[in-house]
Amino acid sequence: MGVRQIGARVHRVEDDNLIRGEGKYLDDIQLPNMGYAAFLRSSMAHAKISITDTEAARTLDGVQAVFTYDTLPSSLVSKTQLETYPAPIIKQSMCPELLANDEVAHVGQAIAMVIANTRHVAEDACELIQVDYTPLTPVVDVIKAAKSDSQLTHSSLKDNIAASIETKFGDVETAFEECEDSIELSFKQHRGGCHSMECRGVLGDWQQQLGELTLYSSTQCPYLVRRMVSRQLGCPESSIRVIAPDVGGGFGPKAGYYPEEALIAIASKELRKPVKWTEDRREHFISTNQQRDQIWKLEVAFKKNGEITALKGHVTLDSGAFLNYGLLLSATTLMPLPGPYKIKNLHVTLDAVYTNTVSTSPVRGAGRPNAAYAMDRVIDAVARHLSIDPAEMRQINLVKNEDFPYQPGSKHRNGSMMTYDSGDYTGMLAMVKEMADYDGFRQEQQEARARGKYLGIGLACFIEDTGMGPYEGVNVRVDVTGNIIASTGATSQGQGHATVIAQVIAENLDIDISKIRVEAGDTGKFPHGIGAIGSRTGVNVGISANDAAIQVKNKALKLASILLEKPEDELELSDGAVRARSDSNQFITLADLALQLSPAVAGKLPEGFETAGLEAVSYQTTDYMPHSSGANIAKVEVDVVTGGIKILDYYVVHDCGRILNPMIVDGQIIGGVVHGIGNAMFEQMVYDDSGNPMTTNYGDYLLPLASEMPEIHVAHIETPSPANPMGLKGAGEGGTIPAIGAMINAIEDALTPFDAYIAKYPVTPEYILELVDGEKMAAE
Amino acid sequence: MQEQDVRMHVNGKQVSGKVETRTHLGDFLRQAAGLTGTHLGCEHGVCGACTVIVDGDAVRSCLMLAVQADNCEVITIEGIAQEDGSLHPLQEAFRNNHALQCGFCTAGMITSLYAFLTENPERNEEEIREAISGNICRCTGYQGIVLAAKEAASKMAKDRN
Amino acid sequence: MKASAFSYHKPISLEDALSLLESEEEVKILAGGQSLMPMLNMRFVQPEAVIDVNEIEELATISFNGNVEIGALTRQKTLGTHSIIKQHLPIMQEALKWVGHFQTQSRGTIGGSLCHLDPASELPMIALLYDAELEVASKSATRIIPMKEWALAYMMPSIAPEELLTKILIKPWSVPYGYGFQEFARRHGDFAIAAVGCLLKLQDGVISDIAISIGGVEDVPRRFIECEDVLRGSKYDIEEVKKQIIGPLDQINYIDDSLVTGSYRQKLLKGLLVRSIEQAASRANSL
Repeated sequence: MGVRQIGARVHRVEDDNLIRGEGKYLDDIQLPNMGYAAFLRSSMAHAKISITDTEAARTLDGVQAVFTYDTLPSSLVSKTQLETYPAPIIKQSMCPELLANDEVAHVGQAIAMVIANTRHVAEDACELIQVDYTPLTPVVDVIKAAKSDSQLTHSSLKDNIAASIETKFGDVETAFEECEDSIELSFKQHRGGCHSMECRGVLGDWQQQLGELTLYSSTQCPYLVRRMVSRQLGCPESSIRVIAPDVGGGFGPKAGYYPEEALIAIASKELRKPVKWTEDRREHFISTNQQRDQIWKLEVAFKKNGEITALKGHVTLDSGAFLNYGLLLSATTLMPLPGPYKIKNLHVTLDAVYTNTVSTSPVRGAGRPNAAYAMDRVIDAVARHLSIDPAEMRQINLVKNEDFPYQPGSKHRNGSMMTYDSGDYTGMLAMVKEMADYDGFRQEQQEARARGKYLGIGLACFIEDTGMGPYEGVNVRVDVTGNIIASTGATSQGQGHATVIAQVIAENLDIDISKIRVEAGDTGKFPHGIGAIGSRTGVNVGISANDAAIQVKNKALKLASILLEKPEDELELSDGAVRARSDSNQFITLADLALQLSPAVAGKLPEGFETAGLEAVSYQTTDYMPHSSGANIAKVEVDVVTGGIKILDYYVVHDCGRILNPMIVDGQIIGGVVHGIGNAMFEQMVYDDSGNPMTTNYGDYLLPLASEMPEIHVAHIETPSPANPMGLKGAGEGGTIPAIGAMINAIEDALTPFDAYIAKYPVTPEYILELVDGEKMAAE
Repeated sequence: MQEQDVRMHVNGKQVSGKVETRTHLGDFLRQAAGLTGTHLGCEHGVCGACTVIVDGDAVRSCLMLAVQADNCEVITIEGIAQEDGSLHPLQEAFRNNHALQCGFCTAGMITSLYAFLTENPERNEEEIREAISGNICRCTGYQGIVLAAKEAASKMAKDRN
Repeated sequence: MKASAFSYHKPISLEDALSLLESEEEVKILAGGQSLMPMLNMRFVQPEAVIDVNEIEELATISFNGNVEIGALTRQKTLGTHSIIKQHLPIMQEALKWVGHFQTQSRGTIGGSLCHLDPASELPMIALLYDAELEVASKSATRIIPMKEWALAYMMPSIAPEELLTKILIKPWSVPYGYGFQEFARRHGDFAIAAVGCLLKLQDGVISDIAISIGGVEDVPRRFIECEDVLRGSKYDIEEVKKQIIGPLDQINYIDDSLVTGSYRQKLLKGLLVRSIEQAASRANSL
């Protein structure tokens, strides 16, 4: 065997192009005779609209077409965006019209689309379109929106509730009746955006003579886009090829299907030419889905020794103006409860509520960061109530190693019982405490307080259901040059999937990684795929690549056995050839084997081989969902004069089972932690009472920068998952999920002398000083 | 006068063309010069993705008109590697330290650090973090980038001495 | 986010620039562009004509003849390293550490900062501290405007459409004196939520002279005369200072907006004011 690949810190195969500036992102694609699209978007949060004049725009020099609701082709199956994830439990489903007809429901909703010779001219033309707005009452506050007598976010609704769901197990009422003590707590979790550095973008290239559309989209889910555009336009799926080129970050909101994808397809088809739309940053703020506005009210029952016995409460989730991603946010908020903690009785209800703000859908972690935050705030609140150290409190309540496989009582979306497959939650807690010198810091904290310095330390423990099915297939093919082509439905937005796939194949086929070419993100190259969501790709694609590579290896050995006239167990595959173990001069190369299986005209396949090609396809999946887990510690110092927070250090112990590439896993975790820190401290999407977004540039909406970020120390334990043959668990979101809780717990810990309770995030310096001054603010 | 001829040296090669005067340098480099390695992340001067080097200084190419770069020497990400294709120490270090994921901010990070470390490679971590605080990365959490900058800085210092 | 169309002029002499300012309508002057260009790209401004002054070399000089004379086109980067500034106006270099990022300082100019007049901008605060004089030229005349008369209202300097800011004249304080500059922003390089600059002379433990400027808290950056007046002539004792500043702090008309409330700005300004005076006093004492 050659060098071990799986588990090695292999540099990424993606990097060479990207560090040279030779990547190919959506906006980098230039096709001859291409038109450029721009959208006129609503400037009001809620209004009846009437488009009174498009003539000036149409006749502007350089304008090719202006589309409005009325001028969309009648051949469309629907002029309203089709539901991406319909579900019977959705009480009132609202999806936007592709272009607004007579009512707009948020600032940023698309009203008209202009195609012109340049983007500049398209924007010039948008300014010339006349729209009359008759204002309707905007509904911005989600708590008010949830009330039965609220003004409506859309005229067609009965109330603003999109759906109500719950998670329930055990006997909560009895547990509360019999509990030794209980507390209530409430808090507000705030929305943020994905803010991939590349905004969204779509390029449609309709080929009239073929009746085919190639649609490039900066998407996480090209197969979903193909399906939805096909259904929307009434074209067969086979006539649409969706390509996700290099994608500059996704983080969730690029996993959906958007009106612009259908509209650019329509424009290209109608104009019979390529049309490109590149979302600009202001559009990103007002038209790309956001996430995380939730208001929680909880009651916790517990014993005097700290053991939590029951949890109940209610979540109000802000859906924004539309429900264009089904109930995935709602489901992923409730499903992970109660996280890594053993709570046998639980009942939490959730209302998903419409408001006249930008729609929400999963952002890095989906509802899981909200759920993890809730649990870690519960643990700290009870710890404080009982004067138990928060670390000790976690030790008491965590699921123990002997409990695996552990069923908390909650159910998956498919109705099956949630099962934590494996882990070492208490071991990780001990490890992260050790890394952070938890006890030493407590000492330091006391001494610092005496000097008027406020240090804080915060803990968070989490689980993450990963590797969701149904599959992510991989085809491994040896071509006649001896190179390996792996094609897959998995789509990358920077995670390094190509490297990991190549590693798995290289190890199995004992071949240099440079001989492996990975083709992905193109529905024309591989028939089926799901997409990069929910920390699922590494698991699904890892086991499929592994399985396909093993099949190819077995096929190669079988054929070589015939050709070399040696039994298979006397052969080995190494360095691009099958060799006799006894005599390495007796060999046949993979290239030659591939040639045998791809005979020329009048040739025939070798005996015993029914399909051509030295290749195999695999759609492996996990038996049940592998659960990653982790324990985090944040250390902060709070300046009680300015309200400024300095993050001193951040520690992560993470378990994603067997690690395919530690460099990539660490990168995912560190980036994810910083995203969580952004949510905790910086990122704030502010709407005024009229529903106008107040933070639509990067001077007002604050993303985390290098200058404020701490060193993030990452360590791993590897408890292989029994749910799949490779022991894999997902790693894409495990950085973000616990980070908000760890940060807020640390900040609150620093403010212990002020008896502060943090009821909302992001924690602004202003809020810090309110807490220091005792102006406690309860979540509404 | 809403269109003008411009001519500049980009990565050592002469690039010229007629542009609308409102065209910013980033758009000109991407569209007229075909150098799409420079990315537009916000077009209001905060994200840093579009950073290029004009007459030795790192600048936001979205905050400069193409016509302002007339007769200037411009270096973009495509001009950072050696002519023979071998990578600059910064590029090597970015790969070695997993300093990029999606790669969209990478051009601006590398051009910024190129200008910053070329001026003086003797920089500590705090200075490096401040230097890239005008460049937003959503993927990496910056840690790999800081490590890469340190590694490249020591190589660049050695090469200079 | 693409700018609307405009005609573009690049004069190479001050005279040409002033002629253009006289003849063109709806003009924006483009200096470093670090504020104007985003506004153009976002179409917050849609001028008929843009006059680019970057080629007017006579506007980009720094000299010292008792006064520090800074050409309006001098880049922030140059100010940050120039020996004349280092020697005579060290507080300016300290303040520049808070101005944007090195990639914006390579283009941004002092004249641009003064004319844009963001309430939280640092360079106007420094000019205020020294009672700088601003030289403004038009085709017909050149006039000097005292810095304290420069800001008319929110982002509105006292300059006519046909005028161009050409030079900033600053008379340095004679040594010995101390200086302090304190600012708070959420992240490195962000606009200040509040900022304070302070120049201070101590004689036998008494504050013999003091200048304070504040930024970020009102519609325009300004001198904090009320505070200077209560402190000037009093014995320096930081605990006393904390009491003395309470009255003046109450007289400020704090900005209250959707992102930051006035009451927070007040608390913050108080903290920064104390820190800047302490910093200045400590430097004054160490001389």
